[in-house]
Amino acid sequence: MDEAVAALGGGAKLIAGGQSLLPVMKLNLAAPTDLVSLAGVPGLADIADGGDSVTVGAMCTHTQVAGSGIVQARIPALAAMADGIGDAQVRNAGTIGGSVAHNDPAADYPAACVALGATIVTDRREIHADHFFQGMFMTPLEDDEVITAVRFPVPERAAYAKFANPASKYAVAGVMVAKRGTGVRVAVTGASGDGVFRVTEMEEALEDSFSAEAVAGIGVSSHELLSDTAANAEYRAHLVTVMAKRAVEACG
Amino acid sequence: MPTVTMTVNGMQRSGTVESRTLLVEFLREHLGLTGTHVGCDTSQCGACVVHVSGTSVKSCTCLAVQADGADVTTIEGLANGTDLHPMQEAFREHHGLQCGFCTPGMVLSAVDLANRNSNPSEHEVREWLEGNLCRCTGYHNIVKAVQAGAQAMGGGS
Amino acid sequence: MSGNGTGIGASVKRKEDTRFLTGRGRYTDDINLPGQLYGYILRSGMAHAKIGTVHTDAAKAAPGVHAVFAGKDMEGVGGIPTGWLIHSKDGSPMVEPPHPALALGKVRYVGDCVAIVVAETADQARAAANLIDVEREELPAVASIKAAEADGAPQVFDEAPGNVCYDWEVGDKAATDAAFEAADHVVSIDVVNNRLIPNAIEPRAAIANYDPATGEYTLYTTSQNPHLTRLLLGAFVLGLPEHKLRIVAPDVGGGFGSKIPHYAEEAILTWTAGQLGRPVKWTCDRIDAFKSDTHGRDHISTARLALDADGKFLGLHVSTKCNLGAYLSTFATCVPTYLYGILFAGPYTTPAVYCEVKSFFTNTVPVDALRGAGRPEATYLLERLVDKAASELGMDRVEIRRQNFIREFPYQTPVALQYDQGDYDATLDLALEASDWDGFEARRAESAARGKLRGIGISTFIEACGIAPSAVVGSLGARAGLYESGSVRVHPTGSVSVFTGTHSHGQGHETTFAQIVSDMLGVDFDAVDVVHGDSAKIPFGMGTYGSRSLAVGGTAIYLAVEKVIEKGKKIAAHLLEASVEDIEFENGSFTVAGTDRSKSLGEVALTAYVPHNYPEGLEPGLEETAFYDPLNFTFPAGTHVAEVEVDPETGEVDLVAVTGSDDVGRIINPMIVAGQLHGGLAHGIGQALMEECVYQDDGQLETGSYMNYTMPRAADLPSFSINHNTTLCTHNPLGAKGVGEVGSIGVPPAVINAVIDALRPLGVHDMSMPATSQRVWQAIQQAQG
Repeated sequence: MDEAVAALGGGAKLIAGGQSLLPVMKLNLAAPTDLVSLAGVPGLADIADGGDSVTVGAMCTHTQVAGSGIVQARIPALAAMADGIGDAQVRNAGTIGGSVAHNDPAADYPAACVALGATIVTDRREIHADHFFQGMFMTPLEDDEVITAVRFPVPERAAYAKFANPASKYAVAGVMVAKRGTGVRVAVTGASGDGVFRVTEMEEALEDSFSAEAVAGIGVSSHELLSDTAANAEYRAHLVTVMAKRAVEACG
Repeated sequence: MPTVTMTVNGMQRSGTVESRTLLVEFLREHLGLTGTHVGCDTSQCGACVVHVSGTSVKSCTCLAVQADGADVTTIEGLANGTDLHPMQEAFREHHGLQCGFCTPGMVLSAVDLANRNSNPSEHEVREWLEGNLCRCTGYHNIVKAVQAGAQAMGGGS
Repeated sequence: MSGNGTGIGASVKRKEDTRFLTGRGRYTDDINLPGQLYGYILRSGMAHAKIGTVHTDAAKAAPGVHAVFAGKDMEGVGGIPTGWLIHSKDGSPMVEPPHPALALGKVRYVGDCVAIVVAETADQARAAANLIDVEREELPAVASIKAAEADGAPQVFDEAPGNVCYDWEVGDKAATDAAFEAADHVVSIDVVNNRLIPNAIEPRAAIANYDPATGEYTLYTTSQNPHLTRLLLGAFVLGLPEHKLRIVAPDVGGGFGSKIPHYAEEAILTWTAGQLGRPVKWTCDRIDAFKSDTHGRDHISTARLALDADGKFLGLHVSTKCNLGAYLSTFATCVPTYLYGILFAGPYTTPAVYCEVKSFFTNTVPVDALRGAGRPEATYLLERLVDKAASELGMDRVEIRRQNFIREFPYQTPVALQYDQGDYDATLDLALEASDWDGFEARRAESAARGKLRGIGISTFIEACGIAPSAVVGSLGARAGLYESGSVRVHPTGSVSVFTGTHSHGQGHETTFAQIVSDMLGVDFDAVDVVHGDSAKIPFGMGTYGSRSLAVGGTAIYLAVEKVIEKGKKIAAHLLEASVEDIEFENGSFTVAGTDRSKSLGEVALTAYVPHNYPEGLEPGLEETAFYDPLNFTFPAGTHVAEVEVDPETGEVDLVAVTGSDDVGRIINPMIVAGQLHGGLAHGIGQALMEECVYQDDGQLETGSYMNYTMPRAADLPSFSINHNTTLCTHNPLGAKGVGEVGSIGVPPAVINAVIDALRPLGVHDMSMPATSQRVWQAIQQAQG
């Protein structure tokens, strides 16, 4: 790990599974001078049950998270979400650390991290999800900082509902709903160019009454949402509400 | 330039590559294994799927250096001599291929599924194949072939 | 025809499959020639611009670069030709502007070829291309039909005022107008046929070589028709005689029409190889394929149907505007005319039909044939209109069709075609039964109980395939004949090589044609090999498109086999000391009628090559070639039924069931035929529900990759129900009609009719393709006000 950190900085870039970085490199949107691989660093692909939390090593692939007995038992919504990322081959190679560090505004993990109140653990500090996802491809990570794990508090109930772009299969609107104690979090990905955001009005309504009906009438403003060939802002806003409703229903 | 060494279809192969050389480029251009195809540049079509350490990955979205030390299986390495692998045989039997271009990736993706699930439902097969595009078959016979191939493999290859 | 285990009618496993399944197919990009260089094509990023000097010095000086050529360098080399001359209503010929292989003076679409960089490696060529500086002045672009026809629209070509290429018509306008005057009902419809991007999974590629010792050029290319490419590239572009230009189309990873045209890159590569005296290889990446493979469809139409009080069709009037893109691709001009307007009788007895088509140049990728080519556009319009007529007249959708079916054959349509044979009731009945049409309302209720809207849709259609005969297409403007060649070589020991001018890129010709020959000659299936795709091996050929390969190419082979048998009879008669008239040939044996005296084909073949005891005056050898020029189109027909379930909350359309009931003529290999139907259906469903090429107003391609152009995936489709009712084509000996395009022609209107059926209770009466979730949701919002 020390070796990896030392090699970073300058034009070097960290590569985990490469499922986000390599596509942008191939389109010449990124041209790092060097790539530093974490593949050889031991202990980064473990999943640990910490009682009230589950810690997922940064190099765990989506396939690993989806298939983990610990994740399935403690946070089934997270396993299901990981099982819906990309396609089978992307899940086999892509990692939680890479996805979180990349902070693609249409990626699934940011919604899970924010809704579940996860903590991003790096080689030098811990950053709460609320402070981590700072906008499209923006995070507080320093150039030579390495995510080592993500720690998810175990919720009472949680579910993720995604409406995927029919072409790319990225989220057009992905909503993770999580309930823990009296608190409820609703985090949305895919809908905004700024990345994941919370819908506090829905959270408050669900804290009053945890039911699909509670959010059915709550819309988000289409004002700042993305608009593309698959979904304009108005349709996206509508889908956020529908996905929120379905996520609540799926919480059971 | 880094040197990579990996086991490809049971044989140890080495080569000097650029650090940004993709695994598919190493296979096709350095090793002459042209059975692995490239159909897109956005990691979607799946024509380039190979196995790296037993699981299916898109070799267009994997650096050669990332596969250093790994065990790689390409379509050329699936048959046992002249005996087709059960999944290959199922594709032949059920007409799961037409032009053949997506076929190597399709077959290797299917083998990975069968290794995890020896009796996948039609729905499971269709969902699994999200990362493999075919323009010829309408997937109908591919789905049948994958189900039959998985059964024939008996849950492990 | 014995119909034995490998004969005609048997689902023989494909000969091709072993090499494809083991990674030993040989596609163009798999070929490497000693000393090869790599070409990179620099493309225009602007849709419309004047270009001045192309500064290439920096690129030429870049590492590994051998040469850079731009438009000026190729000036004087012929432009890329088009294959069909269309005449306008007033008799004037279409506007046919030049299409330089490398842009000269102007670029006209995003993707237009500007320069080629040739270097030691592909990466070096690509990197050097970034150093090319093109002097350019951006011009306003027209990226759609509407923009092209607007007053004062920018002109793609000075010689095409109003951007019009031609204004064509077919049918009797006066008779059609009269039919409308006599009508009790007139139903009209406006439809858009969405532009599609073909997306064969193998991107185009080419590798060209020049041998100074022989003066011969060889071009390996991803083509559906190598001889046609040789004709266009040799005779029209480079001025090379056929014997000095060899075209090889090896294994090709799907075509769907996009690998018919002769492309500028083929000319650039071949010319460049000649300049450098070294092989030059080029492989298109997918992003460039989106903006350089020909696109398909792109029509706007308005149509009116005249009916009597009982729902009998009296007349049909169609006005279509279509987008040809920036240049005229090989078959661009005939697709929206002679493959479109002449389809409008459909399976119906409509006595008066008139269709006019105005075609426009735009600053978009050239448009050419795409699976179905003209016939899906016609079928979509007609079957949407018939459904709308049923709805407006309060008639049953099935009955209105049945009431207007053609039942007497041959049938002369009012739009030039003569249908030879068909049974449209039979395929309709079969489809209704197989789709459980009558049980639909129960399924609709079940869906409704789950909050879903279920709909069912139907289309009944004909197509015209195996385009022909040459004399007729020639009189209509085709610049080539549309016959096919087949050669059958029986080797001395009895094995057989078959040479066909068609090309197989997924269709399984190596299997199907071997079945025909093995069945006819009574030789082992494994003893027959089919050779295709190499102009140096095949006498001649027009290639594979328009579902022609079996009906036209298969017939040529059939006729060549007959010639072989005729010659064999002469040899056998001599050996058996009998009269030729008394020799019968069956199951591989020549027998003196009424006796047990016979000679096997193997014995006869050996005698043909070792002619010690041989008929006087007969040439040695046992090899025959036939050219077959079809007497008529073939007319596959059928009924397709689609069933959908719509989620009213999200607008998502779940395609629940698809039933095909088709008459494709004689089926040689049912397994392969089913596969062709499956693929065509998926393509048609893609058009109906997912695929749409979108250009921004400035001519930038918005749907330029798989990130935003939706390809049908496995999970988007159901398993298909495939059913057949066969009538034989009357004018080819195989009775074959064609199957490759059926699905993409028949199913799109069935799917959209199903979506409209599902949404009708919400007040939605129209839907455009593709019926994406967003479009469906918006339609629901609009209807609900």
